[in-house]
Amino acid sequence: MAGYLFRRLVQSALILLGVSFITFVLLYVLPADPVRQIAGRSATAQTVENIRTQLGLDQPLLVQYGRYLAGLVQGDMGRSYLQKTEVSTLIAARLPASLLLMVGGIACELVIGLTLGVVAAVWRGRPLDQGLMVTSFVAVSAPQFVVGLLLLYVFAVQLGWFPIGGYGTAAHLVLPAVTLGIMGSGWYSRMMRSSMIDVLRQDYIRTARAKGLTRSRVLMRHALPNAILPIIAMIGIDIGIFMGGIVVVESVFGWPGIGQLAWQAIQRVDIPIIMGVTMVSAAAIVLGNLLADIITPLVDPRIRLR
Amino acid sequence: MAETTGAHVAAIAPAGVLRRLLRRKLALFGCAIIVLVVGGAVLAPWIAPYPPDEQLFEGLTLLGEPLPPGGDFLMGTDLLGRDLLSRMLYGAQTSLIIGVVANGVALVIGTLVGVLAGFMRGWIGAVLMRFTDLMMAFPALLLAICLAAIFQPSLWIVAMVIALVNWVQTARVVYTETTALSEREFIAAEKTLGASRSRILFRHILPHLVPTLIVWGTLGISVTVLLEATLSYLGVGVQPPTPSWGNIIFENQTYFQAAPWLVFIPGAAILLLALAFNLVGDALRDVLDPTQRGND
Repeated sequence: MAGYLFRRLVQSALILLGVSFITFVLLYVLPADPVRQIAGRSATAQTVENIRTQLGLDQPLLVQYGRYLAGLVQGDMGRSYLQKTEVSTLIAARLPASLLLMVGGIACELVIGLTLGVVAAVWRGRPLDQGLMVTSFVAVSAPQFVVGLLLLYVFAVQLGWFPIGGYGTAAHLVLPAVTLGIMGSGWYSRMMRSSMIDVLRQDYIRTARAKGLTRSRVLMRHALPNAILPIIAMIGIDIGIFMGGIVVVESVFGWPGIGQLAWQAIQRVDIPIIMGVTMVSAAAIVLGNLLADIITPLVDPRIRLR
Repeated sequence: MAETTGAHVAAIAPAGVLRRLLRRKLALFGCAIIVLVVGGAVLAPWIAPYPPDEQLFEGLTLLGEPLPPGGDFLMGTDLLGRDLLSRMLYGAQTSLIIGVVANGVALVIGTLVGVLAGFMRGWIGAVLMRFTDLMMAFPALLLAICLAAIFQPSLWIVAMVIALVNWVQTARVVYTETTALSEREFIAAEKTLGASRSRILFRHILPHLVPTLIVWGTLGISVTVLLEATLSYLGVGVQPPTPSWGNIIFENQTYFQAAPWLVFIPGAAILLLALAFNLVGDALRDVLDPTQRGND
């Protein structure tokens, strides 16, 4: 276990190194010149050159990357070109909002997805099951921004139950979290359904029924826990999808998280922020995968770590 | 999220597959929508009631507001007084071209990487799969937005950006299938009989991958259509005035409380097209893979 963990940690670090290098090179070849953006239109050629030297943008690619990396391992992600603030400060200020949104989204995804999956499995082959499976396809085919705008239109504009965008209270969280969770709930209801059907076929379920336990007790105490376990680990793998989702959802609802930060930075060619958010997202994805790999054998001892 | 298909079916008569596919109601519904959208896109120059970019004088109210669906404009008009139906028909061309091209390129890259890594093993395989792992750690949408913003987005650039982000899943599935195939007895038998590597690859491995590729190719179009719509909605996809279903929403969303049809008609179209490819892909998975039969 310790050896496996160590190897996986080294692997994760290497992956993050690779991500940082590729992103850096991509942003380096960027045709839009960040210095022009900072200096403004009226700047003289001399000012532009001064700023370039100041930011170290006149150095060769590898030197710049080396400097960035040296800072990164000490937790220094550089300064925003336009906001003149540490990138780590900006991200730290926005991160709680994004985390809140993600937790809300994951909760919605699980509650909706797992419930519908169990219902479908129990009524397997009946019209209810078929209806739910079609619904799950609609959920995975719905673009998140359309779902967001639809929820906004119905529940905020027409019914007035929830605020139209913004951040602060629990009411603000509901619509963005549901929007973020709906697509995943479609996948999870399908996975939960097949996992539940597999479990319901097992001998111990028949034994439990034969002992005289009620259907609902067998379902809740014997089948459900076993069917849920393999699915919980999937959340770790899905972090990447959530990272994409928050960019869209935060933009629809004006949610002040790192998705918005990244989106604004991309429009203004504020490279240190783009770099920073990409690295934070990649770290979250790698961490999610790592946790999923560690949790899977813990919940299912038949799977061994290699 | 990735459900791997255990499809090890060699030769399947296309006619039989099509018949079995169309016997499923949901797949039939999906096929009907695809036919409808393809028809609309191909025939757009003839059936569109107005030129898609023309700002019509009678397309706005006296106060300069867009017209709701009905009357002369079946789907209403947009903020600039352009006919929404015409823009939707031409927008279908954009969605389909990007859906098919981006997904095709992603499928080719994914297959090449997956087959090479699974078949060659050794250091080439290791390097390719580590690179795939690396790509998996990229936040896909963020990468796509970055790339699209870096290169001035045009139709083809957007397609390439999507392809560059989307090949990874295919590569992993193909890799798993290829490694599993390479260990089967009939491949070992071929090797003992002295078959060359290329013969094994082209005569035995690739044909066995066809069902998987058909399924992933179909499901992938749905992912591509959604990604294109999202990029265009964020303003880094296909640029106006070229209509795309995503950028119609992007252009009109500030006004969506007063003119919801400008968001929900293209939104419904995106959903239906993505749904259609998902339904057909899922049905194909069942039809092409005998081990899955009876599971639904």
